[in-house]
Amino acid sequence: MTAVELAADVRAARRRAVDVAQEHLAVVAARDDELHACNLVMREEALDAARAVDEAVARGDDPGPLAGVPIALKDNLCTRGVPTTCSSRILEGWRPPYTATVVERVLAAGAVPIAKTNLDEFAMGSSTENSAFGPTRNPRDPSRVPGGSSGGSAAAVAAGYAPLALGSDTGGSIRQPAALCGVVGVKPTYGLVSRYGLIAFASSLDQVGPFADTVTDAALLLDVIAGHDPRDSTSIPDAVAPLVPVVDRGVEGLRVGIVTELTDVDGISAEVRTAVERAAHTLEQAGASVDRVSVPSTQYGLSAYYLIAPAEASSNLARYDGVRYGLRVDGEDVAAMNAATRDAGFGAEVKRRIMLGTYALSAGYYDAYYGQAQRVRTLIVRDFARAYEHFDVLLSPTSPTVAFELGAKTADPLAMYLSDVCTIPTNLAGHAAMSVPFGAGEGGLPIGVQVLAPALGEEPMFRAARVLEVGR
Amino acid sequence: MSEFTRADVEHVAQLARLALRDDEVDELTAQLGVILDHAAQVSALDISDVPPTAHPLRLVNVLRPDVPGPSLDRDEVLAMAPDAEDGRFRVPRILDAP
Repeated sequence: MTAVELAADVRAARRRAVDVAQEHLAVVAARDDELHACNLVMREEALDAARAVDEAVARGDDPGPLAGVPIALKDNLCTRGVPTTCSSRILEGWRPPYTATVVERVLAAGAVPIAKTNLDEFAMGSSTENSAFGPTRNPRDPSRVPGGSSGGSAAAVAAGYAPLALGSDTGGSIRQPAALCGVVGVKPTYGLVSRYGLIAFASSLDQVGPFADTVTDAALLLDVIAGHDPRDSTSIPDAVAPLVPVVDRGVEGLRVGIVTELTDVDGISAEVRTAVERAAHTLEQAGASVDRVSVPSTQYGLSAYYLIAPAEASSNLARYDGVRYGLRVDGEDVAAMNAATRDAGFGAEVKRRIMLGTYALSAGYYDAYYGQAQRVRTLIVRDFARAYEHFDVLLSPTSPTVAFELGAKTADPLAMYLSDVCTIPTNLAGHAAMSVPFGAGEGGLPIGVQVLAPALGEEPMFRAARVLEVGR
Repeated sequence: MSEFTRADVEHVAQLARLALRDDEVDELTAQLGVILDHAAQVSALDISDVPPTAHPLRLVNVLRPDVPGPSLDRDEVLAMAPDAEDGRFRVPRILDAP
């Protein structure tokens, strides 16, 4: 059942939110020992929230557009009084003194929080294998990874724990796991959704967004979380138009461009490339025009990203110093305590990125690495702007391949980073993009096609995604 | 361009306040060299005339009215600290004893 249908039933008192919550908690109980999508099952919180929704309905009040809909929350979103770990030992046991704006908004809309979901530690990774609490498995094939870093949220939706989930996307961390798990995942325009209470990784790139089984459900959730938040200084102050009323408007006359540098290149598997071609054909059949377009500097996106994101992360993660929250390992003075705490509390990938970022920002290297990456970022923004003069949305693969086996890339960081080669340019530009399941590859595993749009281009992006969903 | 050495790793680890073990230093020396080789793709581009982009939004100087409002509850915050005393965070010695 979709979130739209569930909320309609609960609002009309055809179903009780408590029953809906119990059913979904039963799915979690049946499958999560194997899948490990959850860091924490919020059983009591879920039942309390569901009861409140039922009481509101009984009083004749409207509990909101997500009435009684279970939702899974990535464990880097702060939930007051409820452990929030970022899948890191350094925050194990920490209970935040405040709640993220996006969580407040979904709860105010009647959603029922079902779990905090697993992620690569501090959202750094593409397989959820970098979690300090063990990997999540892909519900479509438990020998495979669910993607990452929001692998727990993607798996939770794919396994039926909840029709909706929230994740965060810094270089593809919503879209790539959505593709690998066969669900819809959206990276909204930078600034469209508040990040207050999202634990920071790379602040010029991070964005919160929805996972759902259907395009319309993803639009429903985005409508609830989008909009200005005075507590986030990077939040766009303009009013935003709702997407649910427009998702079904079709693509007649829409100009669609296939990005050659992200599609027709080595490393993209043949079956994924074929899926993109078929998706383009589906849009054409529905009235869109399709052509190929070159966005040349996107080929440098990965290199630029792996300087910018670690640089920002090395600064953001300086706060984990054993003083104010989380782990402390004693030392003879403050500096020794800081260093011992951070070595014990951070996992290998987080240390790798902190080291990389610290180096890229250090005296003598700043301009050659970080400065140069920022100039490449300008080129990417310019090249996209040129492409969007002629196209309304762009198409590419989301992930170069279908879900890979657990352990396949853990020994080779660069191979793992290449999983995000198609998704990273959108974050560097601050644009919107989403992944829609479209066809299947090797072993029947899902393939995701990425629809890209310029900043605040969510409307045409969702319309195209909806046509792909119907035509897949 | 893999001239990334053990000494570089140890220096950067000190800047980053990471007390790395010897085996971690070895591993990072190898891995960071490979990653930086890939990053060299951008270092090699001749784009000195292109201005840098630090941030995708054009918002500048976002201010709010300077009016006091409620903040986090001090006791709730300190309850989550590794060590606290008299309403403050407690840390080990910072300066040498007199």
